[in-house]
Parts: sequence; structure tokens; C-alpha cells
Amino acid sequence: MADKACAIPDRAYCSPPMNAPDALPDLPFPHRHLLGMQELSRSDIQCILDLSEQFIELNRQDNKKLRDLQGRTQINLFFENSTRTRTSFELAGKRLGADTINMSVEASSTKKGETLIDTAMTLNAMHPDVLVVRHPDSGAVALLSQKVDCAVINGGDGQHEHPTQALLDALTIRRRLDRLEGLTVAIAGDVMHSRVARSNIYLLNTMGARVRVIAPPTLLPSGIERLGVEAFTDMRRGLRDVDVVMMLRLQRERMQGSFLPSVREYYHFYGLDHEKLSHAKPDALIMHPGPMNRGVEIDTEVADDIHRSVIREQVEMGVAVRMAVLRLLVAGRGNGNGGNA
Amino acid sequence: MPEQRLAYLNARLLDPASGRDEVGHVLIEDGLIAAVGSDIFPNRVPDRTEVIDLDGLCLAPGLVDMHARIGEPGAEHKESFESAAAAARAGGVTTLCTLPNTEPVIDNVALVEYVHRRANEGSDVHIRPFAAATQGLNGRQLTEFGLLQAAGAVAFTDGDRAIADATVMRRALSYSTAFDVLIVQHAEEPSLAHNGAMNEGELATRLGLKGIPTAAETIMVERDIRLVEVTGARYHAAHLTTAKALDAMRRAKADGLPVSCGTAPHYFSLNENEVNGYRTFAKVSPPLRSEDDRRAVVEAIRDGTIDVISSGHAPEDPEAKRQPFEQAAFGAAGLETMLALGLQLHMSEDVPLLSVLACMTCNPARLLGLDCGVLQAGHPADLVIFDPGAPWVVDSKKFRSKSKNSPFDERPMQGHAVRTVVEGRTVFVRRVER
Repeated sequence: MADKACAIPDRAYCSPPMNAPDALPDLPFPHRHLLGMQELSRSDIQCILDLSEQFIELNRQDNKKLRDLQGRTQINLFFENSTRTRTSFELAGKRLGADTINMSVEASSTKKGETLIDTAMTLNAMHPDVLVVRHPDSGAVALLSQKVDCAVINGGDGQHEHPTQALLDALTIRRRLDRLEGLTVAIAGDVMHSRVARSNIYLLNTMGARVRVIAPPTLLPSGIERLGVEAFTDMRRGLRDVDVVMMLRLQRERMQGSFLPSVREYYHFYGLDHEKLSHAKPDALIMHPGPMNRGVEIDTEVADDIHRSVIREQVEMGVAVRMAVLRLLVAGRGNGNGGNA
Repeated sequence: MPEQRLAYLNARLLDPASGRDEVGHVLIEDGLIAAVGSDIFPNRVPDRTEVIDLDGLCLAPGLVDMHARIGEPGAEHKESFESAAAAARAGGVTTLCTLPNTEPVIDNVALVEYVHRRANEGSDVHIRPFAAATQGLNGRQLTEFGLLQAAGAVAFTDGDRAIADATVMRRALSYSTAFDVLIVQHAEEPSLAHNGAMNEGELATRLGLKGIPTAAETIMVERDIRLVEVTGARYHAAHLTTAKALDAMRRAKADGLPVSCGTAPHYFSLNENEVNGYRTFAKVSPPLRSEDDRRAVVEAIRDGTIDVISSGHAPEDPEAKRQPFEQAAFGAAGLETMLALGLQLHMSEDVPLLSVLACMTCNPARLLGLDCGVLQAGHPADLVIFDPGAPWVVDSKKFRSKSKNSPFDERPMQGHAVRTVVEGRTVFVRRVER
């Protein structure tokens, strides 16, 4: 049930890049920024996923370059380490023809006492068209978005949201299983500290999937059931008959704060191996947002199972989804001067 | 013959200490209340008396605010004694107790004397310092309770830090009995509250913020109650916010222990949903709680479990608040909205007006051994005259306080001080715009 209003003629994206930005149809994506999945409706999500499909094809061609964002400036502003997400956003921007700049603010100005808002104002004065922001504090990207004139994409904020990860996960599932509605998806691991888990919970609920979370009780955040999930502390029970297993990365620091006694115990009870996986549906997909800790949350063989593991596909979908998001938020919209298109 | 004589006529007299609520008059002589009642002028007002007819406005003891953080010394750009006093006057507050968590910490005799001198020169409200309970708020070594009390400290507290170590708390309570001073606790178990930014629960999980469980408060209050049992000391929990801690306090009072507790207007007016959208002005310590807890606070004021409503005034500059939520400072400016929020508690939650006022006047005065907070002959003429029905809208830009961090900004209110009187002298008159 694709949103008709969002459908774009296939040809436009499979044909050689020649469309000028002015000639683009005005897309009815009703958001200035992409801050979280909590704000997006079912049709918003469908719109992004439908458009992403078309970029997948483009990304597999020799000539991957479009001109949709020609002349536009994209700044990837990363206050936290990231290689995958940053590279994915950079490629997405470049393939759409944008000028893409990476800024790593980790150890520079914020350490000198410059506040997040000062950084935002400084960048805003350079008239970017879109900022992709990752920040270690929940809510920081939303705060920054209030202070700039351009579109802002949340590349992950603290333990709050990571919307493009949820979108690329959804796209991966949809391509493999043809739908999201009615599926049962288990999200397993450090749910408490995971922005990926939160964004996926919102997206999957909005799209009509059933969501389970599986974690040791110390890594289940308070009130998680109220987000519309079923919580399990027994992984085998949680995996019973699920269509998709999403594993989360376990930060090794968790062994310190008395969340967990040891890696060994965690792997024994919560690591995804063939035995535990046997409780899921026989063709259940295995997903992981990366980077993986093999032997901590996932068994190497399971991760590399070419029939069921879609982990590499997720990375590919990441570029397509980010192109779609950039395209929807930036192309055909004014920047700066308060131009709220 | 007194040198100065002043009469307020036809006021609604409100004296929570005696339960008086009647229309009548007050006679003030040389800064003291000389007579109060409906029949004090049977024939006419005595000669050479300045007369002000209040035409039915409410007249109550000036508010005694038991918990205000002032930036002086160390953070005068957030609040100085002058600006705090100006805010207090406009809020109907005539006695202001200041916390010791300043820079440097108020933990020695010289600093208490400094605060006393600085605060009361050029300030026309009474400023009463609380001193630190432990040196440098380190939670280990006690301060000199006796000498500090003699220098003017009216209570002992580690401010926005809990006295966490049970043995230190036990000794602080025990030692305090030698001087009959009050120990004021920030009742929050720090190891549970560690790095938390808001109430633990669904909303914190949605926002991806670390939560502070209600158990952090309950555990500290229950532990402290056991230590009061052992020591017999006078103990006050500064700001209680949870149903369970209030239940513990209710039981301890029923057992006859010398315990008391307070809260602040935001805890009976707001709940955790204010934080949604990462609104840092709603980031306070302890955090805003669930709606059930908010209602429990209202009930505890109604049934007298809560003794004190203080402003909880915690001024912060915009830089400290315009931050990602977890980085932002805790605290809300409260001096200029305290009375109106108390009146709102009376009007919308049906808590008796005298019960609300008791929490802001005679109760804190009694706990601190102050002479004020009552509307009776022989006591200082510290008064607030207020119009309980006057509508207004909070505009934090117009605060007299240097800091504008109010979670109530732009909210409609009903009732405000129209005149504030300290020792018989009018220190504030609100210009009426009609």
C-alpha cells in the first residue's frame, strides 16, 4: 500500500542523471527535519522507503551520480565517533550531487567551552542546506535543529533515536519479506542504552509489526512495555516464532556499571547462536546494526549465514535510505533566510 | 508614645498560627504588631496614626522561604542578595533562608558572618543563612554547628547534596541535639540518582534520558527516619516529591518523631510531562514526578504531613539551561511565583487557604526558631498584603530575579502580592494596572 502521492516515476532515477533540481516534482514530505521515528506517520515512512527502493538500483549502476542536490551543501557534524554512519551519509550526499563536508567536533571546540548552540550558529552562518548530526546527548540534535535555518537529520543522539538506522532496517526487512505489517520482530541485547532499539520500536509499531525486546533485566529500561513491546528476559521464549531477529551491540563498558557480571555469562544466555535461533521461524532474518562483537552478542557462524543474515544488506540499504531522506528534506527547498519551505 | 504608628483597616486577616480568618484591622507600632482583630478600634483609630484602608484585600504574615539558593558568593551573575531580595519583596517573601552551596561553601564562621553582613546591608527582607553540615559539603567532616549557630546560621544542610554516608548523618543528627539545631536533608540516595536527569519511567525511556527512581528518595527518607529514632534530633527533608516518601514521613510523625518535611510549588503544580521536548527549565532536583506523586504531594499538604512549602528558588543563567538536557543545570527560579502557586493550590485543589499559608509562614518560622510568620501582637510586623483574585500572566523577562529560568513562564496565574511590609516598613507596592 504505497503512498501514491509519494510515488516517483521509476525512470527518473534509473535513467542517466540529467534532471535539474528546478524540474523536480514538489514532494509532499511534511517535515523540515528528521529527528526521530516517533514523529513520523505510516505514510511518511512509506514515502521514504518507496523512494529508497529506487536509489538501490542506482547504487548498483556504474554511474551513481545524480544532480538532485547539485549546489547544495551537506555538513556531517559528528560529536561522536562513527565511521559507518558518517561514510554512509557522505556517500548518499555525494551520489545526489551535494557538496559534502565532514566535521568531527569531538575534541575541538566543545572542549574549549563552545556550546552546542554556538557551534550551530557558526555553521548556520555558512548557509548549509542540511546538517547530519550525531551527538552523545539525548535531545541534542533536536536542540540544534531549533537554532538553524536548514534541514537537520538525526544521525543518532545519545540513547534517544537513530531514525535512519530504523529506516534502513525496515527497508531491508521489506525487501526480504515483502511487508512489515503483521511480522513479529525481536530486538535483543542492550535495549536500555540503545537508540537503535527505540527508533526501531517506534517504526515497527507504526507500520503494524509486533515488537518484542529481549534483554537481561538490568538492560531493560523502566516502562519499556509502555512503548508497545512485549519484554522477555528469556531469549528462547522471546525468539519463539519470530520473523526477524535484530541484535544490538553490547558495549563492553556495561561489564563495569554492574549491569552484567561477565561476557561469558552474557553470551551464554543472550548471545545469538544456532541453538537459540532454532526457536525463531526457520527462515527468520538475522540483523545487526554493526559494528558486531562476534562472540559477545552474536556467534560468528550465525552472523555469516548467507541465507539468513542480512547484515551486509543493511549497510547497502543504509546508503539508499539516506539518499531518500536527503532528497526529501533538501531538494526543492530553500535554505537560510528563514525560508521554511 | 511610639514613634511610628500605622493601621491597616478592613483587611481579610489570615493568621495560620491561630486559625484567624476574619475581616479586621492591624495596628503596627515601631515595627511590631501592636494589635490584631475586628474590634481593636471600638471607637476610632487613635490619633497620629497613618491609616491604610485595604478594602477587603488579604493580609497575612510575610512568607518565610526556607529554601532559596542565592548566587552570592561566587555566582553573583545568577543572583545577588540585592536581586534576590527584590524578587522576594515582589513575591511577598519577608524572610529568605539561603543555602550554603555557594563558592566558597558557607562552612565557617567568617563566611556566615560575611553572608549575614552582606545580606542585610541594603536588603530590606530578612536573609537567614543555612550553613553547610559538612566541611566543603564533602559529606565527611562536620562543621562547627555551635559556633556557626552563634554567628547566625539558622539550620544545617549540604544544600542540593545529600548527606549520604549513614554514619556521618548519624553523627550530624546526634551532634545537632547539643544546640537544638535543625538538620535539613536533600533526600536523595546519590548512588541511585547518579547521573539521572529526570524521573525514571516511560517518559525517560522514550527520551533516552537516565532516570532517577522514586526509590532514591524513599530509601533516604526511611534511612534518615531510623537515624532520627536513634538520635532524637530534629530532622527536615527539604523537598519531598513522592507518595512513598511522604507515607514514610506520615508514619514517622504518627510515631512522634521530631521530623518534618517540605516541598516546592513545582512539585504540586507540575508533573514529569513538563520535561517532554527536553524542556530544561523543567529540570529540577529532585525531579518532577508522575501525576500520582504530584497528587500525593497535594494530599500531604492538605493533611499536614508536609510542613513547609518553600520556593526552591534555584537561579540559573541561560547558558546553563540552553544545553542538551543531561548537560543542563538543575533548578527553577521560584521566588516570584511561590505565592500565586500556593493560592492556586487553594483554589484548584481545594486545600484550605490557612493550611497553604501555614506552610509558607508559621511552620518554617517555628522549625527555624524565628520570631516571624505569625500575625499576633508582639511579633515583628512582617506582612504580605495580597489580592487573591488578581489575574496575571508570568513573564519571566520581568522578573526582579536576575535569572529567568521559570517553568511557569507565560502561564496565567491568579493572585499576587500588592504590598510587602518588613518590620512595619513598606518595601514593595505593586502598581495596579486597571
